[in-house]
Amino acid sequence: MIIKALFFYLFAILSVAAGAMVIIARNPVHAVLFLILTFFNAAGLFILLGAEFLALLLVIVYVGAVAVLFLFVTMMLDVDFAELKAGFIKNAPVGALVGGIVLLELAGLFLLHGFSTGAAGVTQTAMPSLGSGVDNTTALGRVLYTKYIFFFQASGLVLLVAMIGAIVLTLRHKEGVKRQSVPAQVARNPKTAVEVVEVPSGGSIIPSTEGQ
Amino acid sequence: MDIGLGHYLTVAACLFTLGIFGIFLNRKNVIVILMSVELMLLAVNINLVAFSYFLNDLTGQVFALFILTVAAAEAAIGLAIIVVYYRNRGSIDVDDINMMKG
Repeated sequence: MIIKALFFYLFAILSVAAGAMVIIARNPVHAVLFLILTFFNAAGLFILLGAEFLALLLVIVYVGAVAVLFLFVTMMLDVDFAELKAGFIKNAPVGALVGGIVLLELAGLFLLHGFSTGAAGVTQTAMPSLGSGVDNTTALGRVLYTKYIFFFQASGLVLLVAMIGAIVLTLRHKEGVKRQSVPAQVARNPKTAVEVVEVPSGGSIIPSTEGQ
Repeated sequence: MDIGLGHYLTVAACLFTLGIFGIFLNRKNVIVILMSVELMLLAVNINLVAFSYFLNDLTGQVFALFILTVAAAEAAIGLAIIVVYYRNRGSIDVDDINMMKG
């Protein structure tokens, strides 16, 4: 139990500290790296909560895909990030005010209302007990592919739309680049491809522009 | 030393507040704003998984999975928009995005 508490505090403190570094880091590349650290520690918290599948999904999807995407975009854009940092101090009081209000609201909600963990009769899908031999991934798959199949399909559709949208947004055709045109190649026939010219003896062939 | 629901909710609240603070702090840099949004979504996910554990209900984890999906899609589209915007304007300053005067 004490080990669990120790690890909880380790992950919690590291994730909050890394989250703070994300927003105050001067260099956006460092911010992305701190974001990765935050996600790793959140994955640790998930494992403490018994959600191994989500923890590893967080590492694979966020660290492996989303954070690398951020890193690529940050490094590809040649932006003067020092200039973008201007107004950092000016905006801080407003941000602190709004952030403080939200934190106070959350704390007030928690202190005044509290959360009961013993609410009976609202359980949708009971978590498998430890001794039953069903692990987290299996249990998640059993409900995801049966009870929540339509939501699962819808989330797949969301990803498809995101993929097509990202491609459509960033695709561009450069002018003046020669490309292969398959229809033009297929439509070629001897009439358009070959030209017979009469060469006068002692003369030369003037290059014809016909048929191009 | 018993770690309860409140501990996890506190971590999530801290991360969410940091996300909001980050949006105000980096008002000019769209990339960091997107990262702050990711932080907020992560805080929500921590909340859902914590409730899932303490209420002994798997539904929270299913919901967290869907939030993860939407967050990934949002990051991809957002970064694509940033790339297109940078290509057109040569800057990613939020203050420059006033063409629509909305």
